[in-house]
Amino acid sequence: MLQVYDTEITSRLFLGTAGYPSPAVLSDAVRASGTQIITVSLRRETAGGKAGGAFFELIRGLGTKILPNTAGCHTTKEAVLTAKMAREVFKTNWIKLEVIGNQDTLQPDVFALVEAARILSNEGFEVFPYTTDDLVVAERLVEAGCRVLMPWCAPIGSAMGPQNLSALRSMRAHFPDVTLIVDAGIGRPSHATTVMELGFDAVLLNTAVAGAGNPAVMASGFAKAVEAGRLAFEAGMLEPRDMAVPSTPVIGKAVFS
Amino acid sequence: MQPVAIKGAGVVGLVTAYELARRGIEVEIVERAERIGAGASWFAGGMLAPWCEREGADEKVERVGATAIEWWQAALPDKVAQEGTLVVAAPRDTRELDRFSTRTTGYRWLDADEIAALEPDLAGRFSRALFFPKEAHLDPREALSSLHDTLVAMGARFHFGQTRDPTLDLHVSWCIDCTGHARLPDDAALRGVRGEMLYLRTGDIRLSRPVRFLHPRHPIYVVPRRERVFMVGATMIESELSGPIAARSLMELLNAAYALHPAFGEAQITETGTGIRPAYPDNLPRITRSGSIYSLNGMYRHGFLLSPALAHDVAELLLNPDHGSEFYDEP
Repeated sequence: MLQVYDTEITSRLFLGTAGYPSPAVLSDAVRASGTQIITVSLRRETAGGKAGGAFFELIRGLGTKILPNTAGCHTTKEAVLTAKMAREVFKTNWIKLEVIGNQDTLQPDVFALVEAARILSNEGFEVFPYTTDDLVVAERLVEAGCRVLMPWCAPIGSAMGPQNLSALRSMRAHFPDVTLIVDAGIGRPSHATTVMELGFDAVLLNTAVAGAGNPAVMASGFAKAVEAGRLAFEAGMLEPRDMAVPSTPVIGKAVFS
Repeated sequence: MQPVAIKGAGVVGLVTAYELARRGIEVEIVERAERIGAGASWFAGGMLAPWCEREGADEKVERVGATAIEWWQAALPDKVAQEGTLVVAAPRDTRELDRFSTRTTGYRWLDADEIAALEPDLAGRFSRALFFPKEAHLDPREALSSLHDTLVAMGARFHFGQTRDPTLDLHVSWCIDCTGHARLPDDAALRGVRGEMLYLRTGDIRLSRPVRFLHPRHPIYVVPRRERVFMVGATMIESELSGPIAARSLMELLNAAYALHPAFGEAQITETGTGIRPAYPDNLPRITRSGSIYSLNGMYRHGFLLSPALAHDVAELLLNPDHGSEFYDEP
């Protein structure tokens, strides 16, 4: 069981809803993943009154909890405004906070992010900030009121997988009591397993599933990979060593040669 | 058979009218606007590209769409160019080409020399490309206008500027609703997907065929038209808002066009446009029936590609209610 703010969930896989071939395929993928939390971008889909209405109805019909996000926002002001719009549209205090600082790398603007996180936390939002693996930024976000952090493991949509394992490890070690969800950069199930083995609480994916040849099958693959990584973490793993250790001792044979 | 009313003079309505008229059925075409093509089809790319579309579309789109090329060639012999489609990507995005190739068939790989031979103005810009030789394209506005003229010559009657229910005024047996996104309020399963496009005019570059420029975030296509004009499209936004093109979309389309060839940076923007594509959750079209009204809708981005098959099916259904159609949702 994982606690995310005050909600308890069993699936440690969060799924994004952008870029699927069709809403029907999205719906199949969500079902196959067993996810209980999906993210929805509010930025461009809601350019006006009835905009996005039908799509949002489909999303609501999936029966999961919705985590709206501020994808595509570049300033604190934009992000705060979008978060407030999201609260109205989806009737939730949850907001996945993204403030993009670089259009090419989609790297977060961590300064604006901290500022927006503080404003939104003070207004009663439960903020899920998309951040880097920088520990000082992470500390500032926690000070600002975040009880969940969402570090990248590689740039959004890059599918590169974890680029800096030691940074992710030290993040886990520094924030044992904060819910840590790897967001962005996961390309394949083994990437998800790797970060779950490090003790991260959950993984958020979008492109890796939406862009797969068969999104529903990939979603089910990721569900198993996330679970495998989590079970390994809970069970305790062997540390690698540089010599062989026979798993079956051979009785009667000299130990040293 | 009594005359049949067709509501909507976009691509679906006109193609359906043609399929009925050539079976000897009298058609009355009723259109809310004062002219043909007042909806999304006026802003379409006009690519008959079933193999490329397979990248993100169901198998039906490829299989059924492949028959559309012959349909348009037969209906409008001088309006269809079958020059294939060229698919390229910027050097840093060549993996997008590999991904595209794993999702599609009906192409061959081209190297830099072959690209130059096919499209001389793109020489030296790309080292690899995918070429889909069987694909075709047409100018949607020319095609719709020709279809209108052909229909008039066949005896079809057009009623423009009509908002009244045609069955009240005309003595018709059946009504076929082809009104696209106008049906959004009446069909709960239907949603609108906004598409934005623009026209560029420049004499500095010539293309003979549609070029798709892959990009992980902003894939675009450029379709050559007559008179040094190029259609650049199109965004895909989950929105039913029909207002003017958004600044961000315009920037993205122009950026991508410029990256395809810098000559587009010197071009004139002669028009921008927005269309609302009606779509069902699986992004596949449906034929539905309620009493004596058939409805053809949910063409998504495949109006020119799929309307011939749907029009054929609905025409056969009118003549024989037991006719099967893989797009027919029986009541």
